[in-house]
Amino acid sequence: MLDLVWLIPAFPLAGFALLLVAGRRLGEPRSGWVATLAMVGSFAATVGVVVDQLSHDEHHRRSVTTLFSWVPAGDLSVDIGFLADPLSLTMCLFITGVGALIHLYSIGYMHGDTDFSRFFAYLNLFAFSMLVLVLGDNMLLTFLGWEGVGACSYLLISFWFTDPANASAGKKAFITNRIGDWGVLVAMCLTFFTFGSLSYVEVLDATDAGQVAESTATFIAVMLFVGAIGKSAQFPLYLWLPDAMAGPTPVSALIHAATMVTSGIYLLTRVNPIIADAADWVPSLIAWVGVGTALFAATIAMAQTDMKKVLAYSTISQLGYMFLAVGCGAYVPAIFHMVTHAFFKALLFLGSGSVIHGMDGDQDLRHYGGLRKWMPVTASTFIIGWLAIAGVPPFAGFWSKDEILAYAWNESPALWAVGLVTAVLTAFYMTRQVVLTFFGRHRYADARPDEVVAAWDGRLAAATANLDDSVATVEAARTGRESAVAVRAEAESAHASAIEAARSATSGDTADDASDPEVLAQAVLAAEDAVTAAVMAVEVAEESLAVAQAAHTVAAADHAIVIAAAEGRDEVPALALDAAPDTDDVADHLPDAVAARADHHPHESPWTMTLPLVVLAVLSVGGGIMQLPFAPSLRFLEQWLEPSLFGNEVHLGLGAGMLWVLAAIAIAGGLVGIAVAIAAYQRRRIDHRVFEQPLLADAWAIDRAVGDFMGGPGRAGFEATTTFDERIVDGAVNGVGTSVRRLAGVLRRFHNGLVRTYAAGAALGAVALLLWFLTRASW
Amino acid sequence: MEVTVAWYLTLGAVLFTLGAVGLLVRRNPLVMFMCVELMLNAVNLTFVSLGDDLGDLGGQVSVFFVLVVAAAEVVVGLGIIVAIMRRRAGATADDLSVLRG
Amino acid sequence: MEAAVFIVSAVIVLSGAFGVLLARNPVHAALFLVQSVFGVAVLFLLLDATFLAAVQVIVYAGAIVILFLFVIMLLGVDRAENLDVEPIAGQRPLAVLIGAGILGTTLSALLVAVGGPTGAPAANSPLGDAGDNTRRLGEALFTDHVFAVELTALLLTVAVVGAVVLVRRLAGPLQPLPVVAVASEPEDEPEDTEEAPDEEAGA
Repeated sequence: MLDLVWLIPAFPLAGFALLLVAGRRLGEPRSGWVATLAMVGSFAATVGVVVDQLSHDEHHRRSVTTLFSWVPAGDLSVDIGFLADPLSLTMCLFITGVGALIHLYSIGYMHGDTDFSRFFAYLNLFAFSMLVLVLGDNMLLTFLGWEGVGACSYLLISFWFTDPANASAGKKAFITNRIGDWGVLVAMCLTFFTFGSLSYVEVLDATDAGQVAESTATFIAVMLFVGAIGKSAQFPLYLWLPDAMAGPTPVSALIHAATMVTSGIYLLTRVNPIIADAADWVPSLIAWVGVGTALFAATIAMAQTDMKKVLAYSTISQLGYMFLAVGCGAYVPAIFHMVTHAFFKALLFLGSGSVIHGMDGDQDLRHYGGLRKWMPVTASTFIIGWLAIAGVPPFAGFWSKDEILAYAWNESPALWAVGLVTAVLTAFYMTRQVVLTFFGRHRYADARPDEVVAAWDGRLAAATANLDDSVATVEAARTGRESAVAVRAEAESAHASAIEAARSATSGDTADDASDPEVLAQAVLAAEDAVTAAVMAVEVAEESLAVAQAAHTVAAADHAIVIAAAEGRDEVPALALDAAPDTDDVADHLPDAVAARADHHPHESPWTMTLPLVVLAVLSVGGGIMQLPFAPSLRFLEQWLEPSLFGNEVHLGLGAGMLWVLAAIAIAGGLVGIAVAIAAYQRRRIDHRVFEQPLLADAWAIDRAVGDFMGGPGRAGFEATTTFDERIVDGAVNGVGTSVRRLAGVLRRFHNGLVRTYAAGAALGAVALLLWFLTRASW
Repeated sequence: MEVTVAWYLTLGAVLFTLGAVGLLVRRNPLVMFMCVELMLNAVNLTFVSLGDDLGDLGGQVSVFFVLVVAAAEVVVGLGIIVAIMRRRAGATADDLSVLRG
Repeated sequence: MEAAVFIVSAVIVLSGAFGVLLARNPVHAALFLVQSVFGVAVLFLLLDATFLAAVQVIVYAGAIVILFLFVIMLLGVDRAENLDVEPIAGQRPLAVLIGAGILGTTLSALLVAVGGPTGAPAANSPLGDAGDNTRRLGEALFTDHVFAVELTALLLTVAVVGAVVLVRRLAGPLQPLPVVAVASEPEDEPEDTEEAPDEEAGA
């Protein structure tokens, strides 16, 4: 079975090839099942190889299977070969195992996506690259896998690339990784230069035999550490990991929690003889960078409002723990924590994916609350993951984290102290996340601050419109009354003149038809009617004016009330733990989205998503069995990994009593963190805003600073380099051509076609030649 | 005063120079040709005087050949000049600058 | 005695040369050339090269210069050349410079140069006296240098044939010479060279 170690990466590669060619035709969900079965086959192959290795003696557990020669280039001869030793097989086990579960999960998560088969093709390609990375028997093959996982990470982060933000996140990840890759390349070159080979067996055996100078080992170790910083998202190359959450959640679980980001630790563990031979400050550097990043990321995670961003910073923090372990010479705890972290972090990410799936894509913690009613399986598995990461015994995370803290104390109490504070913060922010998501009041239907502001604006606009209308009505009524008054005046004067005419007719003046007494009397009567009508019209107009003025007064009063209310209103909190914000005043003006959310019910996820959660939860509970500290015989992982460590494992010089004390302090710290979070978020005894500082939410403004630098002095630097290349380098080359042309242009003037000029030239040449001959002897 | 070979050589040099300068300065093709003849004469003089000085007949033999070749050259050269001059009367050496680049 | 003859002949030669140089009329220049040639013939006599002196007069003065005069008269190029104007800039100063260079270098080569003229007398062609000159010259030519003599015969034949070919008149109207202004400034910018020959070909 050991010979078939190449099957381990071959299954995902075959899956990738098949899906590349026929993925679209297979369609959903068959392409997903193809990919998952490939991973399951790979897992089975890994188990087979492990069983085979276990049957061998403890010191003969390292075997190299060479497939063929890859780069036969003179002195450099690199093969495609697989190194099946305990370290790489451990990595393979959890990569293929957790990977298979995540593939299964993705079938449910990516349901309905148009690019379903492309996703699984990329996932299988990623698995292949990762397995090549850990199984490679030389640094170049590891680097192949290293680059491969970087490329797949880019492809998967920007999976929904039609949104430019996702594409940018993918690019950012790739480029930041690249900076680290430079370190690995330099280290590889120096390794080849020093050892004449890149194969691990030769290099590590030579180093272990003491054939390497300290300065060389230091340089190689530091360069590999640079690469590890990039790949495992430590300070300062961590910037890409939070942005990488733009990818689908299974991607975040697989790549950015369980596998790719652990390659840095794997690499450092693999070259532990070189680190052992390096200067003393190298492991200290690794440890301090690790623990510093852990604390740094934990502070940021406390204030994040995006479900996945909390987990992203949590991942950075836990990776910092692993680096701390490596730096303290505690390789076994580092691997132990890597494995348990794979379990519970994958569980947490998949759980968050399930929550997001149930909440129809909303990732904001402030909109969750009380979800355990509707998503019981997700909630219970997530809670198990929470307890694991918080370091609560007997869950897996406690055992691995406690071992790391013990080794940290062994190395330096300062390291231990920082690690302890980070553990407290870890417990705090994870509890916060759990409480906000699964407990408390369901806040989804609440009106959000921006919606309330919009509603108030709407109400104010309505009141102002009302006021303007009333003003217009008043004006109209006034105009109406004016005209009614004018009509009445006219009617009265007509009446008066009719009476006058009638009177003059009876007094016997001007005899014509118009002065018929009957007609005139009728005219008088008509005029009287007109006057009466006019008077009534005036009264009506006066009434309507009064009504309009009253309405205007009401509108003005209402407008004033609205303005006063808008100014005096309380700010709607973003996170309303106690009760929904009071929106009665503006209920009519709230956007429609608020009403649409009122009937929303989160739903539990399908079995393809919940089954992996359950499996991972079981592993998170019982994973600690691998390495129990109570007796040497129970330290299975340490015994298994010993051949890969060349005895560079630091031995704890602590008595059992000290270990118990340290464990107790760690447990206490975890419980303190949990208690504070519950007090702030569940019981509301502490104002939670104390913890959610804007600076922390903005990740210490580092991302912005980097962006400003790159946009400002950075851009100036790039453009100076480009200008240098264009003007000076290209200019030199082109300049040679241009100056030749110009010179030719100048010389062209001599060709004027005139014989006499040519004759003069010839004569001049002849004189010069003569001179040379004459003076030749003296030269 | 003894006439040494140096006098002849000097005269030859001066004659040659005059011919060369004339060739460069004059524009009429025929006059330019005549300057070439002057130069050839100077060379002949030099040959003969050196041959006399060294007691060798080889100088005079050379002059013989130079004379023959000069004659042939004049024939062909004048033929060319005639062929050109027919095209345009009054052409000078400066008008023949078709080969300018 | 010899010095006096030399000086007189030298004067004749040099004044003739100056005349060629400075005469405006080409016919005058031809006549000055004859004068110069005669002077050189006299110098040949001084040097005991009697045969050459005779040949010089017969061939040079009697044939070549006559040929010049024929051509001048045939073509009618006897108009005076305007010597005041020099179209090509810097030609005259350059000519003076070159003349000085030539004079300087030839004088130093002939008189002063390292080791001076070093020719050793040939053992087998001694110079005789003046009377003997023709016979000795004939002997030398037709024994040592007979091959060269035959070649010069060939050369003369070719030259005659060539001259006849050159001046025959072709059928059809004569093509005028392409006209290009003398000493006009070429363009300042080097441009694609394809255009330049084309625009001058059919002017």
